[in-house]
Amino acid sequence: MTAFEINNVNLFYSDFQALHDVNLKVNKHEITAFIGPSGCGKSTLLRALNRMNDLIDGCRVEGEVLLNGVDIYKEMDVNVLRKRVGMVFQKPNPFPMSVYDNIAYGPRVHGIKSKPQLNEIVERCLRDAAIWDEVKDRLKKSALSLSGGQQQRLCIARSLAVQPDVLLMDEPTSALDPISTAKIEELVIQLKKQYTVVIVTHNMQQATRISDNTGFFLMGEMIEYGKTSDIFSVPSDKRTEDYITGRFG
Amino acid sequence: MDSAIQQKTSRRVRAIEVTTKILFLVCSLVAALTLLLIIFFIFSNGIPAIMEVGAINFLTGRTWTPTHSTNPQFGMLPMLYATFISTIIAFILGSKIGKWGAIYLMFFCPKKIYRPIKTMVELLGGIPSVLYGFFGVAVILPFIRNNFGGTGNSLLAAIIILTMMILPTIINLGEAAIRAVPNHFYEGALSLGASKTESIFKVVVPAAKGGINGAYILGIGRAVGETMAVIMVAGNVSRMPGTLGDFFQTSTLLAPVRTLTSGIAMEMSYASGLHRDTLFGIGVVLFIIIISLNLTLAILNRNQTNYAKES
Ligand SMILES: Nc1ncnc2c1ncn2[C@@H]1O[C@H](COP(=O)(O)OP(=O)(O)OP(=O)(O)O)[C@@H](O)[C@H]1O
Ligand SMILES: [Mg+2]
Repeated sequence: MTAFEINNVNLFYSDFQALHDVNLKVNKHEITAFIGPSGCGKSTLLRALNRMNDLIDGCRVEGEVLLNGVDIYKEMDVNVLRKRVGMVFQKPNPFPMSVYDNIAYGPRVHGIKSKPQLNEIVERCLRDAAIWDEVKDRLKKSALSLSGGQQQRLCIARSLAVQPDVLLMDEPTSALDPISTAKIEELVIQLKKQYTVVIVTHNMQQATRISDNTGFFLMGEMIEYGKTSDIFSVPSDKRTEDYITGRFG
Repeated sequence: MDSAIQQKTSRRVRAIEVTTKILFLVCSLVAALTLLLIIFFIFSNGIPAIMEVGAINFLTGRTWTPTHSTNPQFGMLPMLYATFISTIIAFILGSKIGKWGAIYLMFFCPKKIYRPIKTMVELLGGIPSVLYGFFGVAVILPFIRNNFGGTGNSLLAAIIILTMMILPTIINLGEAAIRAVPNHFYEGALSLGASKTESIFKVVVPAAKGGINGAYILGIGRAVGETMAVIMVAGNVSRMPGTLGDFFQTSTLLAPVRTLTSGIAMEMSYASGLHRDTLFGIGVVLFIIIISLNLTLAILNRNQTNYAKES
């Protein structure tokens, strides 16, 4: 089953072309990793999937991105798209409000007002994000008082609270220590039962540990895409091999 | 040889560093000292005058006839009241308009007109208050006169002019506060499927609360302290505009008033003796109002991150 189908996508920041003819399919209930050297366009592609690039002046997308067969640029309301395709950012970005209100923000925006229902959502999402035990006694405390790793799991919980189909994660562990990183990796593997995950990472081990499929990018082009085990054991492109063996990038 | 040069330069560097440090210290002391001197002179002249008149008399008396030859009265309540009412109403209007203006500039303003509008708002904040006064005399007073009668010199005119005067302060500082909120809060809200408006009003603007409160307090401070423009439009009669509390009556709004600052400014040139000292007494009250405002801000912002200050 395909969640995203990306067909011939070219993306421009004004005159600069950041993505060249990208084609790939993101499978449902699998973890897809984007790897490649800095500046190759991983974040750009990821942000094209929930139209975060719409915020950037002069950014233009050609080609089509289909979510369950529907063109997200032409046939879907952007707020509906973003509700269905959540995003976790590189730097944890909990809102400057309480832990509880962070999680409840999304559901509230989408019209859920009943207190018991919100309580239920908050607890379930915090449990799903493996952070409930750490914050259950401080739900009313500011989210900014949590540690970096806790903040990131809180952000994941916040994304889950609007019941997305897909979670986009842009280097979600690059600002975290190894223990927090391990926790998040474990969490992401758990999440794929219910969600489709696309993750950008600089960490090759992370890609091999958690992802089912990997796409390798170089200077805005997708060089190779396939099963993670294949990409890392028998890459078909010389450039992929050079990159994963650490010869450049 | 080499190390000799090094030693020499490093000694020179240290000398420069120490000198600049002292220089900076002196500069900041000048500001602090000025404040202390102002406090000292206002209080040392004002407090005895307040004592002589009697604090209660001074604050709640409604008659201000300082030059009466046999029985001069020093009741400042009408001025206090005028300052209070004009500031509060101007603030309620100005803070709303200003905040919405700042949000518009930051998030909704088309690129093409952003610069012109922003420049004009900045200019508005920089023009001398006498020029606002001219505008009041030329436009606001005739407007009131033609629509409501009277001379136009009134509490209403003061309110309108004060509202205009605090707008640039609130818009400029408010926008800076909103702009300083890290973009990732905005993106985080959008990524949950919140609309632009929901993201702005429920995440970004609350996150800017610390800075916006700061803008509000400066705005109020400006309204309380504004002298010249108010003198030109308020009518300057030290009399209660209507009874306490019912300031939404047309007659109250159309009554001429005198504020604390305009009272001081108008009488200082000819006052002497106790009269002069009571003007300092008014200064004491003014000073206490401003200090309380700043304390309020500090208390309001106890738990707020001010991103404008952090970065
Ligand atoms: N807002 C923007 N305006 C113009 N060019 C941009 C913008 N954002 C990114 N780019 C350019 O697009 C290219 C791809 O950037 P992108 O952020 O997608 O890289 P990345 O693969 O995520 O890199 P990193 O691993 O460092 O995060 C880069 O050359 C970058 O300079
Ligand atoms: Mg990136």
